Amino acid sequence: MAQVPVEVRGLVKRYGDLVAVDHVDLTIEEGDVYGYLGPNGAGKTTSLRMMLGLIRPTAGSVRLFGRDPQLSVKALEGVAGFVEAPRFYPYLSARRNLELVAAFDGGDAPSRIDDALATVELTGRAGDKIGGYSHGMRQRLGIAGALLRNPRLLLLDEPATGLDPAGMRDMRALIRRLADGGMTVVLSSHIMAEVEELCNKVAIVRSGRIAYEGAISELKRTAGSGYRLRTTDDDRALAVCAAQPGVEDARLAHDGIHMNAEEAVAADLSIALVESGVGIVEMVRESATLEDLFFRLTEDEQAVAV
Amino acid sequence: MTTAYRWELTKLRYQKRTYLGLGAAVLVPIIFAVAVSLRNGGPDDVAFGRYIHQTGFAIPLVLLLFGSIWMFPLITALVAGDIVASEDHNGTLKTILTRSLERGQIYGGKLLAVFTYTVAAIFLNGLTAVIAGGIVSGFNPLTSLSGTVVQPGRALLLIGGSLLVYLMPMLAIACIGLLLSTVTRNSAAAVVGTLMFSLLVQLVAILPGLGGAKPYLLSTQFDAWQGLLREPVDWQPIAHAAWVSPLYAVPALIAAYLVFLRRDVAGG
Ligand SMILES: Nc1ncnc2c1ncn2[C@@H]1O[C@H](COP(=O)(O)OP(=O)(O)O)[C@@H](O)[C@H]1O
Ligand SMILES: [Mg+2]
Repeated sequence: MAQVPVEVRGLVKRYGDLVAVDHVDLTIEEGDVYGYLGPNGAGKTTSLRMMLGLIRPTAGSVRLFGRDPQLSVKALEGVAGFVEAPRFYPYLSARRNLELVAAFDGGDAPSRIDDALATVELTGRAGDKIGGYSHGMRQRLGIAGALLRNPRLLLLDEPATGLDPAGMRDMRALIRRLADGGMTVVLSSHIMAEVEELCNKVAIVRSGRIAYEGAISELKRTAGSGYRLRTTDDDRALAVCAAQPGVEDARLAHDGIHMNAEEAVAADLSIALVESGVGIVEMVRESATLEDLFFRLTEDEQAVAV
Repeated sequence: MTTAYRWELTKLRYQKRTYLGLGAAVLVPIIFAVAVSLRNGGPDDVAFGRYIHQTGFAIPLVLLLFGSIWMFPLITALVAGDIVASEDHNGTLKTILTRSLERGQIYGGKLLAVFTYTVAAIFLNGLTAVIAGGIVSGFNPLTSLSGTVVQPGRALLLIGGSLLVYLMPMLAIACIGLLLSTVTRNSAAAVVGTLMFSLLVQLVAILPGLGGAKPYLLSTQFDAWQGLLREPVDWQPIAHAAWVSPLYAVPALIAAYLVFLRRDVAGG
């Protein structure tokens, strides 16, 4: 039976009174690019540490392809990744650092060093000591180190955080490429755009708890869709909107009228407007951005209970 | 575990403190030999002290006597106290613990690397002391603790044996260093702590009223090698050291192992 890459059940981590991870359940399927989204301190790193077997859960369980990383590193077979900034021995060169981790991986990992360095574009600097590496270079070396394991599942903790815009773009392109190659990727992030751009599924965490889990498209759908309307006569249009059944929350703003409406309702509204002698200049669909949803979910206490 | 061991040795090869420790192990006998050649007197009140001008073979033995106070414990602690703590400092534990070696294997590799370094330090020290001592005082026969004359060939053999016996308490100190390194996660604290431990044990030994504990103190085991330099050889203190030293080493190793196996690797 094929086991799912990640199955997390009732995961809890307490630090004294602080509950860093609070009953998290996750199921990540083969081929997912999974965004683990939350503000700083939400418990993303702590969750990933438990998934990698670095810290012990207070309660709950993690299974990677059906195996428990708390019991043995054998559970990490086919799994690679890092939490927070990847760390290496500063007194060794990049290549020697990779040789070290490849030796720890065993198998044919050492034969992948050159390819991995090329993939992250560090071939030319491989002889330099890590001590002199920039944050971005270390981040890329971290990915190279992960690739040595030829992973089917890649766990990345805010890989683009702290990079300059170009570095961020390159990092996302790299992750995109790896995901397109069929790798299952779990990516923690506090940057909405990143998750929206890269991931097909998302879990939104806040204070250690999952506020939403599911497909990004689903999330957007549940958030409803809105329209923005510009007309030849906004005051009159607003009155038409108010009278139209199914149009909700119509309000006038500097850039036109905003409202919530189903597609069919919007179509009816356009006819009603024209019949009232109001010319439509612009009618644009405004789906809530993930950012809006994120703030709604993370700032609104009630949403967390959903 | 051989993979972990090999790479621990590689890491030691690239770290300054390894050379600081081994350098001290080599330099001290040279400096001592030079001092002996420049001055007439000697430490008459310690075993072999009065023979350092007659034969170079007395010099490594005098160094063993003085070295147990703090020099050898410090040399060992320098690396033993750092071996886990430096991973904490560099944040690299998470890097090596998410590969395909179990924590136990990595721990084993570290332990063997510390032992290798300690053995290297002791033997480098002994070898340098014999050569430097021989150059300044000659490779002449040695007078044993029983007053008999020991020919150079046998003297060399006995010195080698003494270094081996000396290693028993030394490796125990290394284990304490490893434990402190694992528990404190701080290199400086572990190095100083190991040294403090070794000094405190010596302090206990000279406290009045604690004479009964003396045979079981680690500091006493540092003198066990002297049994080899009696005629006939007195094996009793050596056999004693062979079981008392592990009394210190084994619990430290087990404790360090359990802590290393179970600890949370956060930070870094
Ligand atoms: N080792 C630790 N000891 C105590 N508290 C911790 C530790 N690690 C994390 N925390 C706390 O747990 C919470 C979650 O942290 P973290 O998982 O790093 O969040 P994120 O990665 O989402 O920013 C934070 O409040 C943090 O202060
Ligand atoms: Mg984090």
